Amino acid sequence: MPSADTALRQSPLRAQHEAAGARLVPFAGWEMPVQYEGIRAEHTAVRTRAGMFDVSHMGQIETRGPDAERFLQRLLSNDLRRLVEGGAQYSVLCREDGGVLDDLFTYRLADCRYLTVTNAANHERDLAWFQSHADGYNVDLLDRRDEFAMLAVQGPQAREVLGSLTDALLPSRFHCADRTVAGVPMLVCGTGYTGEDGAELLLEPARAGEVWDALLAAGVTPAGLGARDTLRLEVCFHLYGNDLSEDRGPIEAGLGWCCKEETGFIGSEAVAAVRSDGPTEKLAAFTIEGAGIPRQGNPVVGGGVVTSGTFSPSLQCGIGMAYVPAAHAAPGTSLRIDVRGTERPAVVQSKPLYKKEP
Amino acid sequence: VADPSYPDDLLYHPEHDWARVDGDEATFGITWFAQDSLGEVVFFDPPAVGTTVSKDAPYTEVESVKAVSDVISPLSGEIVAVNDLLADSPETINEDPYGDGWLVKVKLSDPSEQNALLDAAAYESGLS
Repeated sequence: MPSADTALRQSPLRAQHEAAGARLVPFAGWEMPVQYEGIRAEHTAVRTRAGMFDVSHMGQIETRGPDAERFLQRLLSNDLRRLVEGGAQYSVLCREDGGVLDDLFTYRLADCRYLTVTNAANHERDLAWFQSHADGYNVDLLDRRDEFAMLAVQGPQAREVLGSLTDALLPSRFHCADRTVAGVPMLVCGTGYTGEDGAELLLEPARAGEVWDALLAAGVTPAGLGARDTLRLEVCFHLYGNDLSEDRGPIEAGLGWCCKEETGFIGSEAVAAVRSDGPTEKLAAFTIEGAGIPRQGNPVVGGGVVTSGTFSPSLQCGIGMAYVPAAHAAPGTSLRIDVRGTERPAVVQSKPLYKKEP
Repeated sequence: VADPSYPDDLLYHPEHDWARVDGDEATFGITWFAQDSLGEVVFFDPPAVGTTVSKDAPYTEVESVKAVSDVISPLSGEIVAVNDLLADSPETINEDPYGDGWLVKVKLSDPSEQNALLDAAAYESGLS
């Protein structure tokens, strides 16, 4: 391999990735593992057992101070008053016109301390946005990206494995707590991006290797960004830059559930107008009928565009999400996707595309 | 297959395709390097028998979970057979890229084009 671009940021788990046989690729300014033994095997490990993802490329912004809640209420689309201490809440960050700047989880660490996790490609822009709107609020904004490694441990056995390495009960879904796992103090969050149970771990980068090694020894399968993408798309979680962008609002994206316009967040008037009038297009999830794999950018015949597409290892067919005219977004609607010149029949499905067996 | 291999009896195109020439007919496939770079192949949509292919031009696609990749024709001619096994078992391209993972058989329009292809040693030396 040619020498890595020195401008790419390196994960603190680089040595672990190389030892595990990772294929490393540039991703949002970082060099990160896209796969180890293979996307399908890693995908299956997460759906059936437990897998771990290095997501240290994700950024963190801490907001603290007496006005922290009021400040975040102005920026984030969800209702911060409903975020309890030790809780986690998903929201979008909007421009005045409702265009989405990022989608984010925010953890309430203490009464006036919040940690917001950013997408790697958006971190600097998010931080600048936070800072440029802080006038008039008694808050401190801290860029904590370099202070955290981040590991997502996901799968039906993830909690059991983590529980065997920790000193206390793990926080439940959408909660977070300080815990010691494998002897390392960290923030454990009951969140993830796979549709499986599990946790995300935020910890000191210098000690991330110890935790990775302990999880590996406990039988957790290393999984790369490739499997992370197939897993999230099967459960219709949005990927910023694909399914979310400044060009579209949260209602179009199907994220109206995390927008509470009555809180008066930046963009709330635009969002309320779209909600009231009804969006002209909607993000629909679909499966391909028969052969073919849809990809980002494929046109939808009659209007619309695929924003994410892949082969679903669980469903064994091509799947995707596309912005289509609102009249074509109802489950059961037939679509035709232009996959590089070949029209592939598809059917709009209810979300998520992959549903766990009861 | 776990380890790289580049059989001596094949001719290679620098875009990671091989040809097994037998008189004025040839079998085409992708190299070990190509299948390894692509990852697990999950879809191969074969071109139709009778399709004309041109040396150095794409004639079909193979897809992994993550990406789609053009396959370049190492020689010119007309497709006379496609590997039907791959419709149900595209992973054969990974498992046996020079054997059961062949893609198409082509009736060559100009067998002398093969003089421009690489032998195994020359192809392999271009990979580093």
